[in-house]
Amino acid sequence: MTSAVSFQKVSRHFGSVRAVDAVDLDIVPGEFFAMLGPSGSGKTTCLRLIAGFEQPTAGSISIFGERAEGVPPYRRNVNTVFQDYALFPHLNVLDNVAYGLMVKGVGRPERQKAAEEALALVRLPDYGARRPGQLSGGQRQRVALARALVNQPKVLLLDEPLGALDLKLRENMQEELKSLQKALGITFVFVTHDQGEALSMADRVAVFNDGKIMQIGTPEDIYQRPKTRFVADFVGSSNVLPPDFVQRYAGQHRWGSLRPESIRISRANGEGVAARLVSTNYLGATTRLALDAEGLRLHAIVPAGAALPREGEAVVLTFNREHLHLMDELG
Amino acid sequence: MRSDRGPSAPIGLKLAATGGLLFLHLPILLIFVYAFTTEEKSFVWPPPGLTTQWFAVTWNRPDVWQALSLSVRVAAISTAIALVLGTLCAAAVSRTKFFGRETISLLVILPIALPGIITGIALRSAFALAEIPFSFWTVVLGHATFCVVVVYNNAVARFRRTSGSMIEASMDLGADGFQTFRHVVLPNIATALLAGGMLAFALSFDEVIVTTFTAGQQQTVPIWMLEELIRPRQRPVTNVVAMVVVLVTLLPILAAYYLTRDGDQIAGSGK
Amino acid sequence: MSLDAAMPRATAPAILPGSGGVRGALSDIFWRRPQLLLLLMLLPPVLWLGIVYIGSLVALLLQSFFSIDEFSGLINRQFTLKTYGDLLQAANLDIILRTVTMAALVTLASAVIAFPIAYYAARYARGRWKALFYLGVMLPLWSSYLVKIYAWKLILAKEGILTWLLAKLHLLWLLDAWLSLPIVGGNSLSVSSTGTFIVFVYVWLPFMILPVQAALERVPGNLVEASSDLGASPGQTFRNVLFPLALPGIVAGSIFTFSLTLGDYIIPQIIGTSRLFIGQAVYSQQGTAGNIPLAAAFTVVPIVIMGFYLWGAKRMGAFDAL
Repeated sequence: MTSAVSFQKVSRHFGSVRAVDAVDLDIVPGEFFAMLGPSGSGKTTCLRLIAGFEQPTAGSISIFGERAEGVPPYRRNVNTVFQDYALFPHLNVLDNVAYGLMVKGVGRPERQKAAEEALALVRLPDYGARRPGQLSGGQRQRVALARALVNQPKVLLLDEPLGALDLKLRENMQEELKSLQKALGITFVFVTHDQGEALSMADRVAVFNDGKIMQIGTPEDIYQRPKTRFVADFVGSSNVLPPDFVQRYAGQHRWGSLRPESIRISRANGEGVAARLVSTNYLGATTRLALDAEGLRLHAIVPAGAALPREGEAVVLTFNREHLHLMDELG
Repeated sequence: MRSDRGPSAPIGLKLAATGGLLFLHLPILLIFVYAFTTEEKSFVWPPPGLTTQWFAVTWNRPDVWQALSLSVRVAAISTAIALVLGTLCAAAVSRTKFFGRETISLLVILPIALPGIITGIALRSAFALAEIPFSFWTVVLGHATFCVVVVYNNAVARFRRTSGSMIEASMDLGADGFQTFRHVVLPNIATALLAGGMLAFALSFDEVIVTTFTAGQQQTVPIWMLEELIRPRQRPVTNVVAMVVVLVTLLPILAAYYLTRDGDQIAGSGK
Repeated sequence: MSLDAAMPRATAPAILPGSGGVRGALSDIFWRRPQLLLLLMLLPPVLWLGIVYIGSLVALLLQSFFSIDEFSGLINRQFTLKTYGDLLQAANLDIILRTVTMAALVTLASAVIAFPIAYYAARYARGRWKALFYLGVMLPLWSSYLVKIYAWKLILAKEGILTWLLAKLHLLWLLDAWLSLPIVGGNSLSVSSTGTFIVFVYVWLPFMILPVQAALERVPGNLVEASSDLGASPGQTFRNVLFPLALPGIVAGSIFTFSLTLGDYIIPQIIGTSRLFIGQAVYSQQGTAGNIPLAAAFTVVPIVIMGFYLWGAKRMGAFDAL
């Protein structure tokens, strides 16, 4: 099966800055794909390469099997939801949504009908006559979504679309986007720096750092089995374990990771890792403990209500060997 | 942020500010009174009597009409040229970072940054060197040169306010470069261009220094007035013309203000 | 979700064909070669300003290195510094000094009058008043230059409103005393340097108000309050807080007041004495005297002065206030 989007050794350099550095990538048709990474990691440049706003310095890009280098954005059947929404201030909401059809020469009654349907789809049915300036941030976001969807793109690109929204609205929109994507079956490519957002929404996640992809996988893969220290660090609150430590417990000299919820704590008389409780942090359903194990700072999460040692007390840590994940990075 | 109640100004500051504004406006208002005076030979105050007869006299003066017609034609054509050149330049400077864009900005601003007499005499001596006879077009050439900056300033300010991703959004939605220009860029800069055009018109309509160097026998309204100022022959007619000029320049400036007041300000450094 | 049914998506191509025709082809070319579009956009204005304007300026400057044959009155097109030598004659230096002094005084007076207006507009005027203040400065700025001069001719005339007003206030003796002074005095205000000075200040004042206001707008109001909270007197607040912050605006405004005064030849011609200013000297040299080289050399003076002025202003950060 052809990929929805395929990158082969794609690089994009700005002067001496390697924004995207020899990236290989295959996005499956119909999947919800997230590009996750800190700012400046190259994820947005990758999105712009798919949209056609940037051209690769080297490598090749194809969209549904067709070569896309040198093809202007207006000839790609790909649409974008911009971070700042980029609604046209001089057009009302309906004309904003109908814009793509207008420039393709679709007649007025037909394109207005389609625009109204798209607005209904994003649950803004009666907003057509308003100006973008009269809408709230969340509403603008929906209009931007409708404006992109009305063109029936093969791939929908979303550039940090939820970044400007407040927490509650963001959670609602996450669910809505997810169900919209399921219903429409369009390939979504979603750029974000929020690992929670990427893990909860995406079918697969690519973690970017320094213009390279560190790891591609399902959210579970990324979360449970990070391949590098960077991924373990960035994606979650995993404990990153140095090779010497791992050597002692798993017999291999490489970096490891251990989820905080995999660590069990007992009083200082059993076998295990000797540690000292530094602080406890009550989080409602769970309690988060900061521990000092021979100079290594570890975190553990225990269910609320469990009997806890006092801060400063010596404890012994145990964990199931299977939960100790060995990363690809050697010591 | 300042508090909403709005602090009240010290009385001394209020007086100084009011005094300054009166200083700016009273002399212009005086022109309106003099347009109605019955006195013909001097500038005596208070006017011995009031009359409207000079309006009729001015109306029947062919030289005034000729000057007015020339000024309007020069201003219209100069404005049109300035609109094209200023918009192109503003678009280039604000859309792309390229080597030498500072130089381009300087190039545009120079004709008003340097005293008008330099622009004037430079053009005059260039015409003389190139053996170009003075004509309507030499006047337009000069005016268009210093009008570019007014359009440029307004357009640059608007381009700066216009989100760059809007153009990308338009192309993303399938509009090619021309469609994007027609459906997105133009509607967004239209009022700024209109305002710039109006100011350019007012600037050209009023210009005298460069004009004295680039006009031969052609008499624009300011040249006509300058003659009257140096050698007064028809004081009452001059009074009426002065009043009309104030009113004629007032309208485009007010219009330009209302066109651009949300956000960017009229380029005040326009003269 | 009728949108699904509206168009069969699976068969739609991922890359659309070009719209064809000249427009489509051109659009693609400009997209692929943005530098070409940039070049095409810059070419007309750069050609116009570069050839018409810069070309003329260079031609003018070149002519300042020519000289005039004193007997025939013809221009001798050979490189010489003789014209610049002529420029340094006492009479001409006198003209330059007079003009520069006037420009400096006008700049100073404009700054003093402009500051309260700009400060009030920036700090106290709100809403409608703010708009009114803005228009109150913009309208005089853009009103006809000649009409403004004409208005002052009416005001300063011997039989005009100012004399009348002073007579009513029994202050005519003051005016007469002032006019009897050397240099600043004269027959009436309309033929005195004082008159020239007043009109210069009047005509260029708006150019000072706007940048000063722009600079003051950026001063947070609470900075002034903080200063007085800390026990500073209004005078200290002005000297230590407001003035330094307004200074870039004042320098920016002074670029206009200074440059415009240096180059003007109409105001001193209509209202003033028979003593010449640079602008008038240029005008008469190129006109009646026909000495284009000397006129050109004279124009170099304001260019050089403004060059230094702009360089200094740039170092003070004045351009941010424009």
